[in-house]
Amino acid sequence: MKEKRLLLGDEAFALGTINAGLSGAYAYPGTPSTEITEYIQENPVAKERRIHSHWSSNEKTAMESALGMSYCGKRAYVAMKHVGLNVAADPFVNSAMTGANGGLLVVAADDPSMHSSQNEQDSRFYADFALLPALEPSNQQEAYDMAAYGFELSEKFKLPVLVRFVTRLSHSRGVVEVDTEAAPENALSYPDDQRRWVLMPVNSKARYPKLIEDYAALEKIAETSPFNSLSAGSDMRLGIIASGIAYNYLNEVFDGKCPFPVLKISQYPIPTALVQQLSDRTESLLVIEEGQPFIEQKLRGTLNLRPRLYGKLSGQLPRTGELTPDAVRDCIASLCPDVISPRETTPDVPRQVVMPRPPALCQGCGHRDVYHALIDTMKEYASPRVFGDIGCYTLGWLSPFNAIDTVVDMGASITMAKGAADAGQHPAVAIIGDSTFTHSGMTGLLDAINENSNVLIIISDNYTTGMTGGQDSQGTGKLYEICMGLGVDPDHLHMIDSLPKNYEDMKALFKKEIDYPGCSVIISERECIQTARRHAKQIKK
Amino acid sequence: MKTDIILAGVGGQGILSIATILGAAALEAGLFLKQAEVHGMSQRGGDVQSNLRISSNPVHSDLIPLGGADIIVSLEPMEALRYLPYLKPEGWIVTSTLPFKNIPNYPDEEALMAELHKCKHLVAFDMDAVAKEVGSVRASNMVLLGAASPYIDIPQNDIEKAIAKIFGAKGEKIVEMNIAAFRAGKAKA
Repeated sequence: MKEKRLLLGDEAFALGTINAGLSGAYAYPGTPSTEITEYIQENPVAKERRIHSHWSSNEKTAMESALGMSYCGKRAYVAMKHVGLNVAADPFVNSAMTGANGGLLVVAADDPSMHSSQNEQDSRFYADFALLPALEPSNQQEAYDMAAYGFELSEKFKLPVLVRFVTRLSHSRGVVEVDTEAAPENALSYPDDQRRWVLMPVNSKARYPKLIEDYAALEKIAETSPFNSLSAGSDMRLGIIASGIAYNYLNEVFDGKCPFPVLKISQYPIPTALVQQLSDRTESLLVIEEGQPFIEQKLRGTLNLRPRLYGKLSGQLPRTGELTPDAVRDCIASLCPDVISPRETTPDVPRQVVMPRPPALCQGCGHRDVYHALIDTMKEYASPRVFGDIGCYTLGWLSPFNAIDTVVDMGASITMAKGAADAGQHPAVAIIGDSTFTHSGMTGLLDAINENSNVLIIISDNYTTGMTGGQDSQGTGKLYEICMGLGVDPDHLHMIDSLPKNYEDMKALFKKEIDYPGCSVIISERECIQTARRHAKQIKK
Repeated sequence: MKTDIILAGVGGQGILSIATILGAAALEAGLFLKQAEVHGMSQRGGDVQSNLRISSNPVHSDLIPLGGADIIVSLEPMEALRYLPYLKPEGWIVTSTLPFKNIPNYPDEEALMAELHKCKHLVAFDMDAVAKEVGSVRASNMVLLGAASPYIDIPQNDIEKAIAKIFGAKGEKIVEMNIAAFRAGKAKA
C-alpha cells in the first residue's frame, strides 16, 4: 500500500530507511542533516522495533558503529553534515576496503551558500576518492526511494554507498508517495569474506585491485540506473548535464520542456558512456551541478582538451554559493539567447530601510554571561587571545561581544590555544561547548595536560547540542569527571554557574586561572534557555 | 493554478507554522507543493524566510525565481521588504506593521512605512493587536495567515481544517482561538 505524505527531504530519506528494514541510525547532529535522525527517534515503527538512534559522540564514532552493524549483516545508516565527513574520513575511506555486509548508507548533507557552515566542500569528491558509489537525490521522492535502492546496491556490491544531500533538499518539503508497511530487518549474519575486514597489508594488497574492478562495474550500473537518464532533445547546439537538484532548476527555467538533450545524473560514478553519447550528439556541453564543479572538473581534466564545455569553471555559472533558478536561467540565456530571453530586471532591496539582521545568542543564554565576564577580565591584559569553537557560542564573535579571535573546526579551540601557548602567547584562552568538547575536545585537552600548557580552557556547558536545536549532549553530567580522569590538576579544575549574579566570581576565577602558569579548566554551567523552556512545558503537561 | 509565496519574519516568530498549515491544506486539496526553509544558525533571532510553492501541476524548483512570487507574507514590516526582488510586479505584500527591534540600527519607522506603501498591492496592519482582540498575541501568525488567505489559491475550508488538525493536540479552545484569529485576519484583508 502507498500513501502521500508531506515530508522534508531529510524526513523522506529517514522514512525510506525504516521502510527498507533499517536496524541502526548513527549520527552526530549537524545542519542540515539533523532532522534525518530526529525523525527516526520519533517514528512509532522505529520505536517499536527499537531501531538504534541514540546520538553518537562524533561522526567518526557514528561511522564506525554503523560499520559494525553492517558487519553483522544488518542495514544501517550514518548521517552527518558535510564537514562531519572530514571527521569520519578515516573509517569512511577504509570502509571501501573492508566493504559492507548489511546495507550501509553514509549520508553527507552539504551546505552550499554556507547557511550554517564554515565551508562549501562537496562530498561527492569523498566518494570518488574512496572509490565508492554515490547517490544524489534531486527531490523528496528520490530521497525516499534511494533509501531502499541504496541498501540493495550496497548489499549487491558489498560496499557502503554515499548519499549526498544539500540544504535545499534536506530542508525542503514535498509530497512523497511512501509505503505504508516497513520491510523486515535483516537477520544477523557475518561476511563471507572475513579477510577483507582485517586491513593488514597482506589483506589490503589483495583487496585493492578488486575494489578498482568493482568501481568499473559500478560505472556500468550507473549507466542503467533508474535515477540517471538521457533525453533526446531537439536542439543539438547544447548538451546539458544536470545533477541532483540542479535538474529541478533546469526544469523550472524550461517548465519541464527543455529543447536540449539533458543527461540527468543522480547516481555516481559518472556514467561515462552516457556522457559520451551526449557529447557525440551535441556541439557543446553545459554542466549544471550544486556545489563544487565535480563533474565539470572530471570532464575537463587539467589540459582543458574539451574547450566547449561550460559550467562553473568556465564562468557561465557562479563558482560560489548555491545554485538558483535565476543563475541557471542567466547561464542558458548567455549561451543561447534565442532560446531563453534574459531575465527582466527586478527591484533592488531598499537598503536605506532594510538592515541586516544577524543571528544572536538568545536572551537568558549562559554563554552571554561567560562572555561578559571574560571580555571584562581580558581588559587587564595587553594582548589576550581567545580561541573559539563550533556552536551557538561562535556567535560571540559578533557584536556586542567581539569576544573570540578564531573559529576553525570542532575541538580546535583547545588545541589552537595550546599551540599559541607553545608559541609564547599569554593569555591563551579556549572556549568550547559541552557537546563540542566530547565530540573532539577531549584528546586535545589530554595534550595540554601532558605538557601542562599555559592555557585556560572554558567549557561553557548548557547540557545540550544547542545550535542544531537541542539534541542530547554525550557529556552531560560527566564533564568534571572526564576532566579529572584525563588528569587536570584538581586545584585548577572549577565549576561555576554562568548566571548574571556570579559575574564578579566568574571574573575572579578567570583571572586566577589565567595567571596560573599551567593548564586549567573552568566548567561554566547553565541549561540552554531553549531546552529549559521545552522542559518546563513538558513538566506542565 | 499556482501560488508562489515567500514567508518572512524573525527567527522564533512562528512563520514556519504558517508554512506547515498551508502545506497540510494543500496536501488535503490534492495539490502539489514544495516548501523550502532554512534551519540552524539563522534561527537564533536572525531573519528567516521560507519559499512555499503550491500548484495544480508538479513543482520543479524548491526556490522561487526572482520576480516570481505572487505574495510576500511577513510578520514584520522590514522583513517584508527584504524579499522585494522576489515579488512579481503585480504581486501582493501582506505584513504586520509591528516592528521587531532586536538590532541597534533598526530603520526609521516612518521611512520604512513610506517604502512599504510604495507597493501597489498592500495589506498592512498590526497583527498582534488584532490577535489580542480575539484571544492571544500568540495567534498573530494566524491573523497573518487569514489576511493572506484571499490571495492564496487553496480552498478556505481546507485551510481551516488544517488549522484544526495542526493545533488539535493542544485542545479545542486553542483551535477555536486560532480559527477566530484566522477569520479576524481575513476580515481585515
